[in-house]
Amino acid sequence: MNIAVLVKQTPDTAELPKVTVAEAQSGELQATMVINPWDEFAVEEAIDLSDRFGCETIAVSMGREGETDALKHALAMGVDSAVHVDERVVDGGDEWATAEALAAAVKKVDTGEEVELVLAGKMSVDGNSSVIYAGVACKLGWDLLVNVTRIVDIVDGKLIAEQVFEGGQETVEVPLPVVISVAKEINEPRYPSFMGIRKASRASIPTLGRDDLEIRPSCTTRWTDLNKPEPEDVQVRIFDGASVEEKVNQLADALMAEKVI
Amino acid sequence: MATSTELLYSEEHNLVRKMAYDFTRNEVMPIIAEHDRKHTFPFELLPKMAQLGFLGICLPACYGGAGMDFLSLGIVSEALEYGDSSVRETVAVHLALHALPIFQWGTAEQKETFLPGLASGDHIACFGLTEPGAGSDVAAIQTRAVSEGGDYILTGEKMWITLADVADRFLVFAKTQPDQGGRGISAFILERGWEGLTTGTLEGKMGVRASNTGWINMQDVRVPASHRLGEEGEGFKIAMSCLDNARFGVAAGSVGIIRACIDESVKYALQRRTFGKLIAEHQLVQQMIAQMQQDLDIGELLVWKAGTLKNQGVRNTRETSMAKWFCTEAARRAADNAVQVHGAYGYSDEYNVERHLRNTKSAVIYEGTSQIHTLMQASYTLGIRKDRPLRCPMPAYDPDTWQ
Repeated sequence: MNIAVLVKQTPDTAELPKVTVAEAQSGELQATMVINPWDEFAVEEAIDLSDRFGCETIAVSMGREGETDALKHALAMGVDSAVHVDERVVDGGDEWATAEALAAAVKKVDTGEEVELVLAGKMSVDGNSSVIYAGVACKLGWDLLVNVTRIVDIVDGKLIAEQVFEGGQETVEVPLPVVISVAKEINEPRYPSFMGIRKASRASIPTLGRDDLEIRPSCTTRWTDLNKPEPEDVQVRIFDGASVEEKVNQLADALMAEKVI
Repeated sequence: MATSTELLYSEEHNLVRKMAYDFTRNEVMPIIAEHDRKHTFPFELLPKMAQLGFLGICLPACYGGAGMDFLSLGIVSEALEYGDSSVRETVAVHLALHALPIFQWGTAEQKETFLPGLASGDHIACFGLTEPGAGSDVAAIQTRAVSEGGDYILTGEKMWITLADVADRFLVFAKTQPDQGGRGISAFILERGWEGLTTGTLEGKMGVRASNTGWINMQDVRVPASHRLGEEGEGFKIAMSCLDNARFGVAAGSVGIIRACIDESVKYALQRRTFGKLIAEHQLVQQMIAQMQQDLDIGELLVWKAGTLKNQGVRNTRETSMAKWFCTEAARRAADNAVQVHGAYGYSDEYNVERHLRNTKSAVIYEGTSQIHTLMQASYTLGIRKDRPLRCPMPAYDPDTWQ
């Protein structure tokens, strides 16, 4: 069993507010691009599972030509190999088309053995849709687990995992192959090592194009408009009082008046 | 505008940059303000920095180092000082002022004996040159080393020593021939636990409060000859070459401070409103931010120039001095302007900029005051000063043998 981990290159969260509508529409962002922070948890889990079960790991990312920073980061963290999917295969397509291309890439990658587990972060900090991995599972025809906080074991072709949902946690068993989105509670992503950085900087990352994937994804959703919300006018109130208790009481009253508590 | 990062550095360097800045943002910045307030040393960072290889970043892998180049050392120094000067100082003193001198001047046996423990962080090291009565005037040091039965007996006191009370290895300088001035100085590696060696912490510092600064006292400390670094009488040259290493980290770290001041000032200027508009729209605020950016751009280039010469194994005392002089003064200017941009809030420790301002004052004093560097640069330009080849030059970076 081998593992594919889906990673996306997104603007550094500190620079997200600086991204303009025009940049978002053209795709030519001026921001520093990094690996989607949520995907780092997936990469870490892939590396950890590789250590536990002796499987190969491959990072897969779709992006513009030469956009391999996220893949290099995954390599520097310790995944075995990486493959880039040219985003032109979806021709400006939507999440469904993206999922189809990524699913095709997962089937296409050569890691010696078949990929039977796909890991992904639970969302991206830019698109924020949380549906790509679901689409990948659908296109592959595999089971899907979301918000996984622990992969307990992989044994006899089955994967046992813990996942959280609103107000609860459950332990589930699914047959392989499976697609899993991970929550941030699952692990603490490691920093890339200097050895990993050297390996990543020298790595040659193959690109899969339309001819490689043999897909013609259809696109059903297109942007008709794109806006940035007006920044909220935040007001600051400082409570005066003779004692901490008096200030706290005023704060509690104000929070109750605003129905915060 | 293309950044220096894009123009001058390789992909490998930029991966190092992201890793080091991530480390600073995740591990250093959440804890360092409190350490600064309490004047405590962030011991919890040492094993993390050691595990990542920061403590031996530009030592060859055969000595347990990470085998990276000097530009990578500069990048890590910049990133760490983006968080706080004290954390960068730890790497500078441990690596640049102790481990690298052993790599440069040590015998094969000394390198094999001392470097692996330093690269792994099993041993933490410091550098003892300054004394209560001798700072810039190195030849005036009073510590004595007397040869006795194949050993040396060291007596004296060192002052303003970063990591003095944390380190367990000490590179100290003492006079073996007191009547020879600078030519009578020798260098010795001391180990904590040796009889007669005591250390303490100095209190009441204006800045770098999360760094340990202290004193080393030597009362008839017996040092085996195997722990003398370099030839007898070579200590002054060794000390100056150490400063070439450390000043590079200071310069790069100062670039990190300028970047931090820009980031914090821009963020604040785009939120704070006065007279009905954002303060970023006031031209005098813009002037301060533009000055910071100008200093950042110049500083980056000077650091890159010095680091590139180091990688090539070219003597770089002049270029490193220029980078240290400019960058530390520029960082002090940037921090001063950043506090001004923040107004009264900048004067409180609610924001980082006041800490940066206090920290930057130390960097224009240590590793050669700005006045010393002014005189050095004048001497170079006037043709008065020329650097002669060293018996043991720092080797050029060679990825094939270092990794």
